Amino acid sequence: MAITNIPASVAATFPAMGARRLLVFGGIALIAAGMLFGDIFAVFVLHQNGGQTGQALLAATQAVSARDPSAVKAAFARIGYSLEDRGTKVDTHVHMIDAGYLALLLAVIQPYVALSAARKKLLASLFLIGGLLLPVGIFLIHYVGLAYSPFPVIGWASILADSAGALLIAVLIGQARGFWNYLRSQHSCPVEPELPRERSREGRMLLAGGTSLVLLGFVYGAWYAGVNLYEHEARETKILGAMLDAAAINETSAAAQLVNDYGMLQAEKAVDIAAHSHIIEFGLLAILLSFVQPYVFLHEKWKRRWVRVLLLGSGILPLFVGLELKLGLIAGGIADVGGLMVVVALIGMLIGVLRYTGRLDAEGESAW
Amino acid sequence: MVKGAGKLLVVGGIALATLGMLYGLYYAVFVEHQMLDQMGGALATAFVHAAGGNMPEAHAAVGAYSALKYGYVRQVDVHSHWIGLAMLMIVLGVVFDRVIFGERTRLWIAAALLGGSVMFPLGVILQTASHGGMLASALAVAGSALVIVGLGAAALGVMRQGA
Repeated sequence: MAITNIPASVAATFPAMGARRLLVFGGIALIAAGMLFGDIFAVFVLHQNGGQTGQALLAATQAVSARDPSAVKAAFARIGYSLEDRGTKVDTHVHMIDAGYLALLLAVIQPYVALSAARKKLLASLFLIGGLLLPVGIFLIHYVGLAYSPFPVIGWASILADSAGALLIAVLIGQARGFWNYLRSQHSCPVEPELPRERSREGRMLLAGGTSLVLLGFVYGAWYAGVNLYEHEARETKILGAMLDAAAINETSAAAQLVNDYGMLQAEKAVDIAAHSHIIEFGLLAILLSFVQPYVFLHEKWKRRWVRVLLLGSGILPLFVGLELKLGLIAGGIADVGGLMVVVALIGMLIGVLRYTGRLDAEGESAW
Repeated sequence: MVKGAGKLLVVGGIALATLGMLYGLYYAVFVEHQMLDQMGGALATAFVHAAGGNMPEAHAAVGAYSALKYGYVRQVDVHSHWIGLAMLMIVLGVVFDRVIFGERTRLWIAAALLGGSVMFPLGVILQTASHGGMLASALAVAGSALVIVGLGAAALGVMRQGA
């Protein structure tokens, strides 16, 4: 073991069941769970769902050719069902990961939140409850629908998700108040020990790699907004208009081709947006994990290995998501492997943190 | 200890995150479901009109769908970009002492990041009010350019740490 004893200065920053420990554990667990959910969704739901939506749109054009408005409505009910299925699963994935990021972020700023330890722990617990209930509520929207709801368009699952979102906001306002107290204090000294200053090679790799990934993601996003966004929007309107014209004059093969073009356009958009957002999210994750490295109780070789796996996976996933339209399912499979690499590295680090806390608590007990 | 440029980023980031979340909550409760219903309704109406042979109405409904979607995409983008940028500001604020530049340069970098993070989503939201408006687009472009320049400088500063 490269680390045999935990320095008292480092141990003081990670008290048993303190707010910071809760947030670090909860944050990494939420991110890993959200990414695993995203990988499962990408493999088992995404493409099948796209196929179902395309089939329903094709049925709608055939209903137009047959001059059958009721069949059109039935086809659109199917499209709405498919889109809600897909949308809620994407949102579950995104919100779970984002709640995890925020938890890690709050763990980092705890020394600057001037509140009592009990109140900080309460806020951390409430944040994790909200961070878990929000994606669960979003996931259930598709299955619960409007059953027993007193509102015309908002169901109970939406109410659960919105309430969890409100809880997260309330916690953030509480944290902001604590930070305001810190700023107002005359000397502005941290109210608890700051995170250990991580100058190790792993910490630097994560910080530099993460910042570079975020920058790359922004450049990609700016390119997408400037070059593709408006062209995609104009093309969508054009394809839909042409699809209706072809279906109305019973040109079924032309209408089918336009449905195909529409599907390809949706895939282009999805690929651009997913590549952009994943590069930035992985960059942010790498920066946040650089703070957690002092608590990863693993051999230096393994710590470095997990950092490399995480950064490699963070590059592979967005790169091959971007290549999916050119290389097809092979690129999709490689992208999924990239996502899995990030999840494995995260779980490796989480095990390191668990070992660290076990060691810390054991040392604390033996000291008594 | 967070101070100077780092403090500017942390305080600005917390304010921006709160704003972004409040906006997202308002949007989710009062706008999103209704807008999704309208979008789906407009597209279905277009096909129903086409099935009835009313092509001008069908194309008008496609136009209505496109306009609604234009607004929807940008409203969702504003929410997610504001919160994402806020998180980035806070994280960078805490490690800003590892951005190896003079304090004056670091203050400029922080100001560029914060200014860009406010301007960019604000420009996007203004685009929904004035479709194709020059001021809105200019704000969005200038904001994203400021964020990119600020991030580039921060990345350079972080890399100088290991040198």
